[in-house]
Amino acid sequence: MASVFEYAPAPESRSVVDIAPSYGLFIDGEFAEAADGKVFKTVSPSTEEVLSEVAQAGEADVDRAVRAARKAFEKWSALPGSERAKYLFRIARIIQERSRELAVLETLDNGKPIKETRDADLPLVAAHFFYYAGWADKLDHAGFGTNPRPLGVAGQVIPWNFPLLMLAWKIAPALATGNTVVLKPAETTPLSALFFADICRQAGLPKGVVNILPGYGDAGAALVAHPDVNKVAFTGSTAVGKEIARTVAGTRKKLTLELGGKGANIVFDDAPIDQAVEGIVTGIFFNQGQVCCAGSRLLVQESIQEELLESLKRRLSTLRLGDPLDKNTDIGAINSAEQLARITALAEQGEAEGAERWSPACELPTSGYWFAPTLFTNVTQAHTIARDEIFGPVLSVLTFRTPDEAVAKANNTQYGLSAGIWTEKGSRILAVANKLRAGVVWSNTFNKFDPTSPFGGYKESGFGREGGRHGLEAYLDV
Amino acid sequence: MPTTAPTAHALSDVTASDSTLRRFLHGLPGVDAVGLEARAASLGTRSIKTTAKAYAIDLAISMVDLTTLEGADTPGKVRALGAKAVHPDPTDRTTPATAAVCVYPDMVAVAKEAVAGSGVKVASVATAFPAGRAALDVKLADVRDAVAAGADEIDMVIDRGAFLAGKYLKVYDEIVAVKQACGDRARLKVIFETGELSTYDNIRRASWLGMLAGADFIKTSTGKVAVNATPANTLLMLEAVRDFRAQTGVQVGVKPAGGIRTSKDAIKFLVLVNETAGPDWLDNTWFRFGASSLLNDLLMQRQKLATGRYSGPDYVTVD
Repeated sequence: MASVFEYAPAPESRSVVDIAPSYGLFIDGEFAEAADGKVFKTVSPSTEEVLSEVAQAGEADVDRAVRAARKAFEKWSALPGSERAKYLFRIARIIQERSRELAVLETLDNGKPIKETRDADLPLVAAHFFYYAGWADKLDHAGFGTNPRPLGVAGQVIPWNFPLLMLAWKIAPALATGNTVVLKPAETTPLSALFFADICRQAGLPKGVVNILPGYGDAGAALVAHPDVNKVAFTGSTAVGKEIARTVAGTRKKLTLELGGKGANIVFDDAPIDQAVEGIVTGIFFNQGQVCCAGSRLLVQESIQEELLESLKRRLSTLRLGDPLDKNTDIGAINSAEQLARITALAEQGEAEGAERWSPACELPTSGYWFAPTLFTNVTQAHTIARDEIFGPVLSVLTFRTPDEAVAKANNTQYGLSAGIWTEKGSRILAVANKLRAGVVWSNTFNKFDPTSPFGGYKESGFGREGGRHGLEAYLDV
Repeated sequence: MPTTAPTAHALSDVTASDSTLRRFLHGLPGVDAVGLEARAASLGTRSIKTTAKAYAIDLAISMVDLTTLEGADTPGKVRALGAKAVHPDPTDRTTPATAAVCVYPDMVAVAKEAVAGSGVKVASVATAFPAGRAALDVKLADVRDAVAAGADEIDMVIDRGAFLAGKYLKVYDEIVAVKQACGDRARLKVIFETGELSTYDNIRRASWLGMLAGADFIKTSTGKVAVNATPANTLLMLEAVRDFRAQTGVQVGVKPAGGIRTSKDAIKFLVLVNETAGPDWLDNTWFRFGASSLLNDLLMQRQKLATGRYSGPDYVTVD
């Protein structure tokens, strides 16, 4: 639909962020090269431009970082909570002050639209540090008995879909409770964690309390397996999560896993249709669908299927895909060539298995990794695209006739992270939400996050909760 | 586009009685206030710059219903308003004319003369504006007077009391009667006074009620109450006209009125139009701004785009 009202490009300036040609590992308050001198490149998914060269952590570096964290733990855990809170509040304020810089950086390194890093990621990152800063001196009153103790050194491995936000989810509660941290960001998005290392220095955080080790899966595995790590926290794929569970089994390490999902977004016939359409869009096209709690299965009541799909298709035709730094971009780039290949393969399998594929007319840029927003109709529970997590902008549409059927289909998955309910009837929201086996159930909204609200999964979506008072428990000896 | 459109016959059935009409209006999809406002806010973050901004400003100027609705209106003031509508910026004759001037019925003849030959329309708020609390024959007489004096458009207010009391058919019948009084000579804009309808569900119902009764335009408000046009209620009405056209094939215009003062706000409304109802609504046949102070800000922004400098309020006419 060509418009008489074309928006001129409105790119956010890149000059607010200064990316160095190379970065080291952040160990014991200093940037250092990897022990074996290895480096890797990080590229911008929207252009394939090399942004920087980053030191690649190996086993020796992991050991060095864990030792630094262990040493720092003594002093850090002995500080009064109110002192730790000061550092966390300071970090939160620096994040706010540098939020534009960090938003642009995250968009460059991850490929997601500046609109999302600016309006969703960064405000939430700051909010998490503020929230857990508030808890640091109130742990006695958190419901875990008097004087709950920190665990020690936390080994944390985070994914590439929300690099800085996942860092905040991990580091803020760990520090508030008196633990020290060794964190491994994903190999495709290490930059914002390295900028965070700089923020730690800016905030005067004692050396060794936070250590950042960019690297690949081997570094993550070494960190998880390190005998002097007391707590492992992982967000990422279910396959890696299972491996980590096996590694940690039989040790005294505490473990939380936040893994994949195949969220059901259930739309009843009395739903507020226009807002449900927005919620479906937010549910699956936010961050190009690279969200573990994405509403990737749309369960729509049969009686309104046609009307809803027509509205949804019309709405998808207005999505703007392109330069993630353009403030008007709704859909950015897929994070990596590897991820693009996976999405492409699963979509092709959906077609091969007989589902009907639809995408709005949409021109994809010639360089970078792109995938048009995609809708599959005529999907059944037996289709691969209704079962496997695609982690991309691909929505599978299924139908149901009764609330019981909706619940049965929603729960018929190996995952259990999120779900959505759309209806004007309050009693139905409560009744259905109680029956859904999902860590988060949104009603008449989707993909809303808040630091005060716990987040985590059932079944193969993992265990443990992050965020809220519950999020403290994972870092305390209770 | 519509594949499941009920026939016009089916829609005429809904006005057969008070109860069928009520059932129809209450059967419309609900509105989730949080979601609606979030969507309006997110469209408000579109960044409109350079050529798009210049286009949007000219488009917005051409959509303004330049309005004076004061007890103190004089023929002189109305003539000045008419002159400004025709040439909003005397220093730059490339500036488009506004869509219309909007006046009380007794000023229609004066306004008509002031804009004669320019293509600028004369709109009049008839039907016991702004409260609408008068007998139907009084309202109809008001409309006939305005139409006889040459009004091209009638802005009617609905009986909010009847609407809130659930007497939908009474409201419907009034709109039908006013539309009839407009005849072929005037387009009818139906004003809901959304601030008094209070809930978004009511605004959606009123929108459908107005359209079923034959409104050519649905309009948010009179500009005489505390809450007038907002991005959210305008978005909602744009969804209603979009859905109505999908069902019936009939296109209805939308006019937010009151409280839109800056170019930035106006451009946000154009974004709502563009991305909700679609480009088919992006001209002054289908979208209007009811705003008196908006025009000068648009003109100042236009001058700034042309000269690179911000000139200030003394470089545009006061009325």
